[in-house]
Amino acid sequence: MTAVFDRPKSMRDVTMHYCPGCTHGIVHRLICEVIDEMGIEGNTVGVCPVGCSVMAYDYFNCDMIEAPHGRAPAVATGVKRSLPDRFVFTYQGDGDLAAIGTAETVHAAARGENITVIFINNTTYGMTGGQMAPTTLPGQVTQTSPYGRDTAVQGYPIRVCEMLATLDGVALAERVSADCFANVKKAKKAIAKAFGNQKEKRGFSIVEVLSTCPTNWGLSPVEALERLRKDCIPYYPLGIYKDVTQGGE
Amino acid sequence: MAGCKSFFGYPITPQTEISAYMAKRMPKEGGVFLQAESEIAAVNMVLGAAAAGVRTMTSSSSPGISLKSEGISYIAGSDLPCVIINVQRGGPGLGGIQPSQADYWQATRALGHGDFHVLVYAPASVQEMVDLVIEAFDRADEYRMPAMLLADGMLGQMMEPVTFPEVKKNVPDKPWATNGHQGKRDHNVANSLFLSPGDLHSKVVRRFEKYKEIEQKLPKAETYKTEDADIIVTAYGAAARIARSAVNMARKEGIKAGLIRPVTLYPFPKEIIRKHTENAKEILCVEMSMGQMVEDVRLSVECKKPVRFYGKTGGLIPEPAEVFEQIKRIEKRIGGAY
Repeated sequence: MTAVFDRPKSMRDVTMHYCPGCTHGIVHRLICEVIDEMGIEGNTVGVCPVGCSVMAYDYFNCDMIEAPHGRAPAVATGVKRSLPDRFVFTYQGDGDLAAIGTAETVHAAARGENITVIFINNTTYGMTGGQMAPTTLPGQVTQTSPYGRDTAVQGYPIRVCEMLATLDGVALAERVSADCFANVKKAKKAIAKAFGNQKEKRGFSIVEVLSTCPTNWGLSPVEALERLRKDCIPYYPLGIYKDVTQGGE
Repeated sequence: MAGCKSFFGYPITPQTEISAYMAKRMPKEGGVFLQAESEIAAVNMVLGAAAAGVRTMTSSSSPGISLKSEGISYIAGSDLPCVIINVQRGGPGLGGIQPSQADYWQATRALGHGDFHVLVYAPASVQEMVDLVIEAFDRADEYRMPAMLLADGMLGQMMEPVTFPEVKKNVPDKPWATNGHQGKRDHNVANSLFLSPGDLHSKVVRRFEKYKEIEQKLPKAETYKTEDADIIVTAYGAAARIARSAVNMARKEGIKAGLIRPVTLYPFPKEIIRKHTENAKEILCVEMSMGQMVEDVRLSVECKKPVRFYGKTGGLIPEPAEVFEQIKRIEKRIGGAY
């Protein structure tokens, strides 16, 4: 019998703690597939954030570091500058990357730090129980915006890829989505490109993956994917915001 | 020279001289110098480099150390070695930029949240800064924990001749480093998260067993004319140099004064202080603060002897004559009492 589908080698054989219907598992798998295909597991160091993926160090077979909240790009910088031939990636949520870690994100990008950032945007703080994130959509109800995000009071969401694409140090800024098979395939291509950029020493690469949080959105997994398509993608258009291999966009 | 491979810093007075020096020196030594966007980022870059298994350091001054305290706690909680330098200035808040010793409590008690210690060294000369940086790197690696040099603006901006000791790199193997397993071992994880209370408890308890060994082996202090002294002055860093002059002035006038200068602040040289003050009548602690180390001196002598305090804060530096005046006052009092 031939195995046609298996767990990637760089993914550990453990039960993940993610909620049913959450798309973290998909993105973890895509990263592992890319690591396997490039054959770089032994030469890769991953950095996890504080948030739902805080325990991602248990899920990847490569060496892992657990960073303080928001500081993953700085920690990754310390690793990459010490060991420039290693592949270094961070895995961060929207609260981690776009709120408390904004400075670390922007400056790692501005320095053209030769790392890969996987950015999970599910428009909420998942781990702490669904509070308003910097990416929470206008009108979105969360625990800390119980009447819906009022932009007059709580300001506007941050479009991270658009913002980072203005920086010279950025090699790739691409937004993808984990909502359907076609988009998941595109997401994997983007992640592969981001790791490839490290190999070619092109600079900072960020892949933003629009994701779901059924638990905190109060939706079933299927409804959550619907909401991702209906509300999130229009506000956060998918696409390549900067790609130095294509001369930028 | 100590085998330091990377320096991550951020400008703040009065420690910027270190960054400026490292910016020149590191590229020539094949090392890394990087000016971070913040103190927070700098200390987290240190975390990454330490996890990667290389010798790494950062430096700052008081307000900057407060910003670094989050990262220092994580570094300690992940059992990673590094060196941090604090060239102290006056506080609280933005305080001032003149020399101070007001961060003693922060360095020895609360360098971040949680149950942990860092090794704290207190140099009193430029030469000792050189020697203690090497010592700090060696001990940090040996015990897998952060080590701090607690200097002050006076030492930080002083020029003195130094001899660089023989280069001997004692960088041990670091099988725990997250530097890529190369297919030769299971994955390593640098982590300070332990959600199960039992796991966290035993992790911290094990770390405290290590501290117990450190408290036995590493305390260090310099003693000066303590053998026959009635009055013993305790002081560290720049304040100890001032106190030493005052002790010399006292000796000239026939007052039996001596000095104990702690070189390690954690572990605090309790035993050395207790032993060398056995025959003394009173102790005077001199600091460039409102009195912080004085508490440890009192604990060292178990409050069995009077421990007086003299200090100035905010960037004011006590003069040898002022300290001498305090010694004379004590002499007058104990002269009458005994």
